[in-house]
Amino acid sequence: MVSIMQSSQQWVEKYRPRKVKDVAHQEEVVRVLTNTLETGSCPHMLFYGPPGTGKTTTALAIAHQLFGPELYKSRVLELNASDDRGINVVRTKIKDFAAVAVGTNKRKKGHPCPPFKIIVLDEADSMTEDAQNALRRTMETYSKVTRFFFICNYVSRIIEPLASRCAKFRFKPLSEEIMSSRILYICKEEGLCLDAEALSTLSSISHGDLRRAITYLQSAARLFGSSISSENLISVSGVVPEKVVEAVLQACRSGNFDFANKSVNNFIAEGYPASQMLTQLFEAIVEENDISDEQKARISKKLGEADKCLIDGADEYLQLLDVVSNTMQAFSNMPERFAYEC
Amino acid sequence: MLWVDKYRPKTLDHVMVHTDIAHNLKKLVTEQDCPHLLFYGPSGSGKKTLIMAVLRQMFGPGAEKVKVENRTWKVDAGSRSLDIELTTLSSANHIEISPSDAGFQDRYVVQEVIKEMAKNRPIDTKGKKGFKVLVLNDVDKLSREAQHSLRRTMEKYSVYCRLILCCNSSSRVTEAIRSRCLNVRINAPSEEKILEVLELIGKKEELQLPPGFAARIAEKSNRNLRRAILAFETCRVQQYPFTNKQAIPPMDWEEHISEIASDIMKEQSPKRLFQVRGKLYDLLINCIPPEIILKRLLHELLRKLDAELKHEVCHWAAYYEHRMRLGQKAIFHIEAFVAKFMSIYKSFLIATFG
Repeated sequence: MVSIMQSSQQWVEKYRPRKVKDVAHQEEVVRVLTNTLETGSCPHMLFYGPPGTGKTTTALAIAHQLFGPELYKSRVLELNASDDRGINVVRTKIKDFAAVAVGTNKRKKGHPCPPFKIIVLDEADSMTEDAQNALRRTMETYSKVTRFFFICNYVSRIIEPLASRCAKFRFKPLSEEIMSSRILYICKEEGLCLDAEALSTLSSISHGDLRRAITYLQSAARLFGSSISSENLISVSGVVPEKVVEAVLQACRSGNFDFANKSVNNFIAEGYPASQMLTQLFEAIVEENDISDEQKARISKKLGEADKCLIDGADEYLQLLDVVSNTMQAFSNMPERFAYEC
Repeated sequence: MLWVDKYRPKTLDHVMVHTDIAHNLKKLVTEQDCPHLLFYGPSGSGKKTLIMAVLRQMFGPGAEKVKVENRTWKVDAGSRSLDIELTTLSSANHIEISPSDAGFQDRYVVQEVIKEMAKNRPIDTKGKKGFKVLVLNDVDKLSREAQHSLRRTMEKYSVYCRLILCCNSSSRVTEAIRSRCLNVRINAPSEEKILEVLELIGKKEELQLPPGFAARIAEKSNRNLRRAILAFETCRVQQYPFTNKQAIPPMDWEEHISEIASDIMKEQSPKRLFQVRGKLYDLLINCIPPEIILKRLLHELLRKLDAELKHEVCHWAAYYEHRMRLGQKAIFHIEAFVAKFMSIYKSFLIATFG
């Protein structure tokens, strides 16, 4: 069974940095945490930023470095969105864990083991407001023995009283160079061959999200073997190829409804995800030079509406057709109100 | 046996349409341990065929010996306990279920039932292939909560159990699940491919195909291979030898909808609306999914309309389909669309012809 476990291990886990100083591109937080490692004192922390920038990695790394493998289990509580985190859990599980006192400061083999416990709340923005409110008092009461690490994508979804009790750190999206160097390192370790074009494709389709880049890389490696081209990466990522987006835009420009309808039909038959198409259409429209700002605004508004509808579970074909028809009207400057609407 | 089943490729080597995908899948399954898979693509493109072929590749011919079972699970949901009934298709090594059949209780299916299945690890005397495969259909119809619960299950039991997920639109599957699977996009076969398959079946059945006949079926099929083969067989039953001008029979529900479309083009009045209601009910009680009705209706109307009205009509179709998804009773929304269309069309007629 060991062999299965090894071969199916996610590279994301395999190449997760184990030490705080290995976390790339986030100098500020690394400096503060290195300081913590030396002095053994630490505030409550709030990490926020886009996915795949190293928030969870940093939190887990500091916890491991502080306590070492022996004490880790008793000193660190990890909760993420797939665990139940309603108000009941906050009132019982978190409170109980936070309330337990810890032993005195005994240094063990290079781990500082400061006299507090850590509770890591991953994806904290998906906690309900009630649950967050219930945490306020808990944080203060047990601040002597417990530190909270909140991790979230949107800092605006963390209620103000919680945010003000923490030291906030923003995690920046990774720059292309850092991403490339990490990817190349993994390729070297895994014996993959990745050309320059594929590398730049990988950075562009993953939008600064290192985890996504590594996942794509692993999927492509599993499916296509050790030499990976940029088409391979696009096909596993579910990104719609540039050509297809261009064709749909072209259909919008043509002003011919039946032609556009056909291109939408084709698009659906090819099985591309419509939500992905909306994102890419949006990017293409914003970069377009020869249409006015007003037209762009009109198209973007519709894209937003259609995205919401898709999330609600509406039909992909109808929504996409609506978007395309709207774009066509915007391109040819037809009035926004329908002529026969009553 | 229907031709659709008779000529379904059984192994990855025999797949005709997605040869490159089949080749890659074969490499994946034979060379190394396979990850969770997510197949997505329009219906009739061959997702299920590929999944069955993958299973066969993994477990040998034993994977085809399936038995259908109706099982009931008792699930504790907080204070009360629920009975969930599900149809499972299982062989020694794999289980196939459609968790969305449980409706709003799908969360419990995902949390409890799958967990229970995933826990029981098959024991092989050789100590090999100690995992089983769970095939989940229609994951895009699962509720948000169910999908969230699924992702934890996927990680926790990944040693004992591989999931193969199958859905039509990957937009409705959350990013968290998609990123945990190897995504395989299955596109609808092109008309040439369908033609190829039809000709092969024709040859195997020793039929005389007049030139252009198979091409017409392929064109009518809307790039849906299953539909093409079914239509082909229907033609065979209706009349053989084939003649050049033989009509390809459309589905009767499609004919019905096209009737509705011409009805509402002819007259726009409350009385006509009432008549149309009866026809819509006919379709609904015959289990034609409401969104398909609406889509087909739009398709028929677009064929008949003037260019300037098309934008407007397709906007309202999208609008009412979305409302239908949020609401409960489909008939209201389809009828609302029909009424809206009538009012638009009437004002158009008045504006043009006075």
